[in-house]
This record gives sequence, C-alpha cells and structure tokens, in this order.
Amino acid sequence: MSILFAILFYLATLLFVVGLIHRIRIYAVTPAPLKIPTTPAPKTATGVMLRMTREVVFFESLFKANLWTWGLGWMFHASLALVLLRHLRYFTDPVWGWVAFIQPFGLYAGITLLLGLSGLWARRLLVERIRYISTPSDHLMLLLLICIAASGLMMKFAVHTDVIAVKEFFRGLMHFSIGSLPADAPLVLHLFLVFVLLVIFPFSKLLHAPGVFFSPTRNQTDNPREKRHLSSWAAKSEN
Amino acid sequence: MADITAPAYRIIPIIPALKPGAMEGKGPFVAGDKINEAIGFPAHLVDDWHDKAIEKMGELLSKYRSLRVFMDACVHCGACSDKCHYFIGTQDPKNMPVARQDLFRSVYRRYFTLPGKLFPKLVGARDLTREVLDEWYNYFHQCSECRRCSVFCPYGIDTAEVTMAAREILDSVGYGQKYSNEIIGKVHKIGNNLGLPPAALINTLEGLEEDVKEDTGFDVRFPIDVKGAEVLLITPSADFFAEPHIDSLIGYAKVFHATGTSWTLSSMSSEAGNFGMFIGNYDQLRKIALRIREAALELGVRRIVIGECGHAWRVAYSFLNTLTGAGDGADANDRFAQMLQKQLDHRYKQPSHICEFTWDMIEDERLSFDKSKNDQHIITFHDSCNVARGSGMGNLPGGQFEIPRNIIRAVANHFVEMAPNTTREQTFCCGGGGGLLTDDLLELRIKGALPRMEVLQQVVDEQGVNFMATICAICKAQFTKVMPVYGFDRRMVGGVHQLVSNAIVLGKNK
Repeated sequence: MSILFAILFYLATLLFVVGLIHRIRIYAVTPAPLKIPTTPAPKTATGVMLRMTREVVFFESLFKANLWTWGLGWMFHASLALVLLRHLRYFTDPVWGWVAFIQPFGLYAGITLLLGLSGLWARRLLVERIRYISTPSDHLMLLLLICIAASGLMMKFAVHTDVIAVKEFFRGLMHFSIGSLPADAPLVLHLFLVFVLLVIFPFSKLLHAPGVFFSPTRNQTDNPREKRHLSSWAAKSEN
Repeated sequence: MADITAPAYRIIPIIPALKPGAMEGKGPFVAGDKINEAIGFPAHLVDDWHDKAIEKMGELLSKYRSLRVFMDACVHCGACSDKCHYFIGTQDPKNMPVARQDLFRSVYRRYFTLPGKLFPKLVGARDLTREVLDEWYNYFHQCSECRRCSVFCPYGIDTAEVTMAAREILDSVGYGQKYSNEIIGKVHKIGNNLGLPPAALINTLEGLEEDVKEDTGFDVRFPIDVKGAEVLLITPSADFFAEPHIDSLIGYAKVFHATGTSWTLSSMSSEAGNFGMFIGNYDQLRKIALRIREAALELGVRRIVIGECGHAWRVAYSFLNTLTGAGDGADANDRFAQMLQKQLDHRYKQPSHICEFTWDMIEDERLSFDKSKNDQHIITFHDSCNVARGSGMGNLPGGQFEIPRNIIRAVANHFVEMAPNTTREQTFCCGGGGGLLTDDLLELRIKGALPRMEVLQQVVDEQGVNFMATICAICKAQFTKVMPVYGFDRRMVGGVHQLVSNAIVLGKNK
C-alpha cells in the first residue's frame, strides 16, 4: 500500500511537472504576430504588470462579467490557495512560521472551498446557458475537486487521521525513502484523487492557470505605433 | 427580405432563453470559383478538405499564440455567454461566444489533445465531418469579430481570433464567403472595396468641390495623387459616395482647408478598409495594407491620416507598423520599415486618426465653430467596436473614447451618453461588422442590432436624441439599413466629421 502510493506520488508529480513545462514551453515559443490587447490596454510594461496582477489575483474581467460567477469562482480559488499553503506543513520541518500562522484560516478555507465548488456546480446545473455549454468533463472536474475537499475535511472532522505519520511518509518521499502510510479510507481516497488531479492538469482545461499569463489580449503593451512589433515568421515575408 | 421584422425590445434587458437551431442554415452566400481564384484560394471545396483543414489548423496553432492559448484555457465558466449581440438578438445558443468557440475547440480537442483522442465524448471532442464544416461556415459568419466577449473573459479569450482562424481554414479548403472575398478581389484589381475606378473617383471629387463651393462659397479642395502633399488621407471608399458617409469626407476636407494643411488622396490606395483582417488571412491583410505604404512612398507624404472607419483604424493603429513599417520605433537595421519611417514626421503619431488630427487642431485653436449650426441635433455617440476594443487615440489610454466625444462637444451644444454598459469598451457592435455587411445576412444584421437599438430608444424617449454619431463606415451603412426596421429615421445616423462640417467656420483660418 505504502509502496503503491509512493510510486503514484512520484509518477503523478513527474507527469504534472513535465507535462506543464512542455505546455508552457509551447505557449512561450508560439509567436504572437500582431498586437491584439483588449481595451483597457495599458501603454507601459508596468501597466501590463498591474493589469495581470488584478486579473490573476482579483479576476477583474470576470468581475465585470457576472457577479455570481465571480463571487463563487473567487471564493473557490482563494480558498484553494489557502488550503494548498496550509498543506505545506506536510513537507516542511520545522514548519515555517507563516505556514503555522495560516493553519486555522486554511481550515475554514476548506469549508469555503467546498461552498464555492458547490455553488459553481449548482450554476452549471441550473442556469440554462451554462448547462448548454458544459461537457461531461466539466461536471467530473467539479466532482473530483469536491471529493478531494470533502475527503480532506473528513480527516479533520469525522475520521481522524494520524497526520504526524502522514507527514513522516511525505518527508520520507522527499528524500526517496518510503515509510509507511496510515491506511485510512479518507486519506487513501484523498491522496488518490489528488494524484488524478495532478495527472490530468497538463491535459485539461486546468491549463487556464498557466494560460492566462500568456494571453496576448491581456499581456501585451498597447504601443503598436511607437514600437514596431514583428514576429519571426512575419519578418520572413519582408525579404 | 422585406418580411424580416425587428425583434421586440426586452422590457427588462434580461438574458434570453435559448432557441437551439434558430439561426441554422442562415449563413451568407458561398464564394464562387472566379471570386476565390482571383485571390489565390482554391476555387471550391477541395476533395481532401478534411486533411487539408486539419493540417491548416495545426499550422495556425503554431503561428498564433492567441489561438494556441485560447484553445486550452477556456473553462466554460459562461462569463461571455450573454455578451454577444448576435446571441441576444437571435437566441441561438451557438451564437454564445463560448459555444461558437467550441465549434472549433471540439475539433481541436479531437485531433490535437490526448484526452480528445482517447475519450472524445467525455471532453466534447468531435471529428471534423462535413456537417461540422457546414456548421463552422454558418456560425463563424455570424460573428462580427467585435471582441466584446473578450473584455469579460477572465483569460482574455478573444472569439474574433477563433473566428478568423476558422475563416482562414475555410478559405484554405475553398469554402470562403462571397461578400468578403469578392471585395478583396476588387481592392487588388481596382484599389478600393467598392470597385470605384480612378476616373470615376476623380470625377466624384470634382463634383464635391462644386457642391461645397455652392454651399459655402469657399474653394475647398479634394486633391488626389498630389506628390509632396503633407498628409495622405486614407479613407473608406464608402466616403466617396455613400450617404451619410460623404458628409464626413466633406468635413475632413473642410478641416484641412481651414487649417491650411496640404493633403491628398491616392487613386491607387483609395481604401482604408481591409477585409484581409475579417477573413483572418495574414497575407491578404498585409498585401492590402502595403498599398498604403506604396502610396505614401510614391507621393512622398509626411503624415498618414485615416478617415472614419472602425476596422480600418484597428488595422492602422494596431497592425500597420507591423505590416508596413508605417509607424515609429523600428530597429535601426530594419531597412524595410526605416525606408518609410525616415520619410514620416514623428512629431505626430503615425498613422493618425482624422479625429486625432481634428482634435489637435481644435486644441491649438486653429479651428473655429458656430456650435448653433448643430442645434437641431441632440446627439449621442455610438462607439464602434474595432475603435473601442482594438485601438487607441492620442497619448492616453481611453483616448479613442474621449477624443471623438471632445470633438462633438466642441462643435455642438447637445450631447448625451447612452447606457454605460453599452458604451466605451462595453459597446455593442452595430450588427454588420466583420464582413457581415451583406444583404444575404440581413436577418442576422437586424437581430444583431437589437441591443444597440434598445438603448438608443431609451435616450430617444428620455432625452429626445435625434442624431447618433459614429466613426465607422460599416456602422453608418448598417444603421441606415436596419434603423428603419426599428422605426427610426435612417438620417439619424452620421459621422462625427459630418457634425464638424456643419459647424466649422471657413473664413477664419489662420
């Protein structure tokens, strides 16, 4: 059991990292031949950095689009960020001060995470337009995340898991030694689903996370008249 | 066509219920053999269209980062789903931006992603069948590439980029649109979209000089092919004879006259519009834009100024420097661009919009106006999509919104705004942009105008608006056609320089 999960851990992490790097490399090397920033487009690099920050941290465009989707989506993502940071304690020893500090917040975030996801799923099921555009994978993705969150919360609130042992197991894996993992059902489910999530990340719509940084309508500087912008393949047509 | 009626205004502008299939089979006429061959596309649908189309898709994915990222990034959040004027007007779910993109994305997933190859049903991936290709043709010609959806997308996904890619693929397999491809042929052959030959153009301009003389008593010139002029004016060819476009052309001429600016048109490059952008074909886009470069070099002008045309301004502002070097800031060893950039006067933005030109002159107090001449008008301003979301003006962000409004306020006393979620970057397309301004799409055009007509009705009822100014030839043509269907007078729409023309005082030039 422990060996199986150790193998899954390494495999999933490897696929996640390699797959993501591969994908990001494709985004980075594909040229953007024309200037296509969408208004309001900043005219300076600093302006673009601020715009990207607002977009990534506060979901500025989504805020303009739909308050419900924005509220639920932001609650989910912010909660997820806190929960992920909270999990750093399983990989650090001694636990960093700020990670220790956010532990209680991370716990509440687990609950708001679940709320956000449920709200998003309700929207996907109940709003006619959103139901129309949803594919089976859209629903399954939400189900997967809900199961991860629920199994995680169960370990805290229902079937207590020996988290010290879990930490030892993962600290061991970080040094390529395989210890023993407590064989609790919620833990096994939780870890297995996280591995699934890691594996599908580089092949699915979860690529919106790296993708947003490469979106030309958001990351381009609006200075086409001041500076000539020429991509490699477009330059060739001039000879 | 006369039996098409306007859809009813929504009492509260709520999101419409879906009517699947409402706009199925309502696409435009397909381009015939001669039209396609004239611009180097396969004459008609090729036998191996399936393989060719997939191959082209792969090529585009490797050439455009926008397409590459947009294909992966969509999470089906639905932020864009109620933002398209064609969806609002037709209620066809495939006119929701995300659903339109998914017509393309589903094929991308099937041929270019692992999950799509392994589990097509699960991730909504589809084989490229003839039905899918027809669906592409239909719905990618129900998008005006206005980019309103892109403003609201959390990842900035721009449906226009997807529409352009789809049209590019369709053209590459011989399944292009008649209207756009025919027009592109005319530009190459004659020099403008309307196919107005140089002799007729010169004749028209002479007639205009007489008309203005009769009207004002001043010798306002409409020069053409004048070497050594300071300004080369590139304007949409509709300005030469269509109503109300021509009144703005008269306005530009009066501004040049009153400021003592030497200017010229070009008979070789008598078109600002560039339908190469609409069909997403970089070579066509570039080839058409190069006519402007050629004219500028040949006539030796110091400034390039663009007339009132929305997509032409996007091409000029955002792309012209890239395509032709007409701009600033080329590398010292970039000989192609330097050749033109050395000729141009860099005290001014290159290229400039006619509104930038006029506003600069107003700020320099080189123009005077009798504002009361526009007192019969209560004016509102319709932001054109390509100006609003794909360009800028002046030095400050948002200049493309402020400068035309500043001009209107400088030449008229009564100006009011329409609802704020339908102006500036959130403006609604007129319903005829992106290569859709053709009578075979009249039903779509009428329905697509709905959201703009609703808010226009509001300011008409509440504030007595009787004039909607705009700076786009397509908007002007579209509105004159569809506004009567909604019960408005077609003469309610006109250009900003039409208002300038009304109020300008010609005798006082300094």
